[in-house]
Amino acid sequence: MPIKAITPDYHGDFKDGVEKFNGNQLVNIHWEKHLMFAWPMCVPLPPGMPFGALIEGVLPGIFGAHPNFKQIDWNAVEWKTSKGPFKPDLAKSLSDNGIGHKTTISFRTPGLNGVNGNAVC
Amino acid sequence: MATTSTQPVFIALQANNDTMPIIEAIRQDNPNAVVHEYPAMVKIDCPGRLVIRRESVEEHLGRDFDLREIQINMISIAGNVDESDEEFVLEWKTH
Amino acid sequence: MAAEGNAKPAKKLSLKENYALLTRGLGWEPSYEKKEDIFRTIDFEGVVIHDWDKWEDPFRLTMDAYWKYQGEKERKLYAIIDAFQQNNGQFNVTDARYVQALKVFINGITELEYLSHRGFNMLAREFPGVGPRIAAQMQSLDELRHATTQIHTISQYAKYFTGMNEFPYQFDRVWYLSIPKSFFEDAVTSGPFEFIVAISFAFEYVLTNLAFMPWMSGAAFNGDMATVSFGFSAQSDEARHMTLGIEVIKFLLEQDPANVPLVQKWIDKWFWRGYRLLSLLATMMDYMLPKRVMAWNEAWEIYYEQNGGALFADLARYGIKPPKRAPETIAEKGHVAHQMWSVFYANRDAVGFQMWLPSEEEMAWMSEKYPDTFDQYYRPRYEYWKAMEAAGTPFKNTTLPQLCQVCQWPCLFTDSGDPTTLSLRETEYQGQTFHMCSDGCKDIFDDTPEKYVHAWLPVHQIYQGNCFLPGVDPTAPDFNPMYEALRYMGIKPGVDNGDFKGGADATNWEKWTSRPANIHEGAYTDAVRDSHIKS
Repeated sequence: MPIKAITPDYHGDFKDGVEKFNGNQLVNIHWEKHLMFAWPMCVPLPPGMPFGALIEGVLPGIFGAHPNFKQIDWNAVEWKTSKGPFKPDLAKSLSDNGIGHKTTISFRTPGLNGVNGNAVC
Repeated sequence: MATTSTQPVFIALQANNDTMPIIEAIRQDNPNAVVHEYPAMVKIDCPGRLVIRRESVEEHLGRDFDLREIQINMISIAGNVDESDEEFVLEWKTH
Repeated sequence: MAAEGNAKPAKKLSLKENYALLTRGLGWEPSYEKKEDIFRTIDFEGVVIHDWDKWEDPFRLTMDAYWKYQGEKERKLYAIIDAFQQNNGQFNVTDARYVQALKVFINGITELEYLSHRGFNMLAREFPGVGPRIAAQMQSLDELRHATTQIHTISQYAKYFTGMNEFPYQFDRVWYLSIPKSFFEDAVTSGPFEFIVAISFAFEYVLTNLAFMPWMSGAAFNGDMATVSFGFSAQSDEARHMTLGIEVIKFLLEQDPANVPLVQKWIDKWFWRGYRLLSLLATMMDYMLPKRVMAWNEAWEIYYEQNGGALFADLARYGIKPPKRAPETIAEKGHVAHQMWSVFYANRDAVGFQMWLPSEEEMAWMSEKYPDTFDQYYRPRYEYWKAMEAAGTPFKNTTLPQLCQVCQWPCLFTDSGDPTTLSLRETEYQGQTFHMCSDGCKDIFDDTPEKYVHAWLPVHQIYQGNCFLPGVDPTAPDFNPMYEALRYMGIKPGVDNGDFKGGADATNWEKWTSRPANIHEGAYTDAVRDSHIKS
């Protein structure tokens, strides 16, 4: 149902268009079954950043404190967005991998499901 | 007015000297009322309907009482309210 | 003059006659302005009202009686506040952890009272009916009273403890305070009918008992005589507001069948919005009261499932159903307090109060109160974090969260069916992606995206560079965005936030009271140990 407002055809301004982030786009990254990190992490990244640089340069700063992190076999990681599973090309950019502004990337690390296999940690 | 509902109504009052006679009057006029005591607070549940009668409060209090004085010590209520000079009623209408 | 001596004393009016004269009797029909020019915002929501005189205040409270009883309440309350201050009551609470809850209160709740005051001011102007206009006017004064009494009470604590002296400034800036702020601003910027259904019914009638009954009773149990007094003094007004809430619902439903779907939609929306806001209270009850009265899940059972059940059974005769997302609230009742506390702990460097892990005694209590959830999902996490603390590598999260576009909480809640999977929802709207924390919030966004695209989401504002003080240079080599964003929010990094143990409040508490700052952990400092040796 369209909004009912005093002003006809009221529409709020979009507060968070990509043009407002100084050349970056927002990306949300969620490590599934590791709920010690209890929310998708929001970071501003250049759309041209290679996916491999995300893994090597960004994720350690976010998730590196977790004992599972060093054990991750990045070839076995399962990636998905709201559009479904995908296999990233590490040499290609975030954009070329279909990661746009405010995309949420979830990843799962088979065999690594939290401290002592407990997904809440 | 009789009600057929058995859903609980409640009134919660501050636990203090002002409310003791009111709580006694409620106990007397509502045999089904259940009084729960919490820190600083008394919550009285009753199925369907709960009445506070001015005359009963006055009996326990030993002076004239205006039912609106309840406002000073009331913490919360559940149920439809009907207040007159004689009675303060909380009730659910459907069962 | 002589005739006066013979006059019989006027008959005392009954409550009902008095009410009729002092409400409807004070209204008038406009003669030189059109009614629709005077009451300009009453039609656009689509509510149909045939007869405003059908409105009846069941308390039949008139302004003369209002001043009388409110005056009495104030005298009583301020006598207690005086006694509290003169007797150093701030040191008589259970321990210094309790004080952290008051910070949440003054920074996150008191301003809602003020926003509510403004909202009811508008209703007192906008409603054409005299009865509801006077009720709204009284409520507007009540809400202002609540804000001022809370500020006066907590100011005594602010003299001794950190994090309470910047509350109006923080309310407009702190990232997690955008949750209560945006809740109320959403209500205040809707129409008058949606506002009154949102605040008087969905929030005050259905939900605020949870805030003011068990939590305030808990404040009393922890020795805070001033807070329980303002709480219960406010709540005595609240009982009247709640009655306004149920009366307005019945009035709207009885006026015209066209109002039923509108009212249902607003109940569904605002019940969920209010519930999400109160998640904060779940954690205040279970974690911030060192001595506890009841657990959040018990309070939810009594005040929502049982009493809300009775209410919605009563409203069924109008065709009103219980709120659409009520089943989710019941499914979450064993989780929400623990999820919230975990998140605050993990992010304790980014909040305006000090955090701790629950003690063995508290975890035993939670195992007992939450037999289906605590030991399985939350105890292992706390035990791991305790081990990390003991190893000297305490866990901290340092990255900002994905926020919900509607409630503005981080997307931290789990799916009702699976407590190890986050409940992440999103919508594509006009080519942009929007995130929600739940189906309840997604319902709301999808219904009126025109409003929520405009939300001021703190995380996004920080990344746009809008949350730094003047003169701060984000291109400087030593620029620390977290530190600078906290300064912008009015939080003193390293003073207001971080670990409770070793923090200013805990250390000062032990120095000033010679009692442990955390009753479950024994003394942190020599201030307590020395005083015990001497005595």
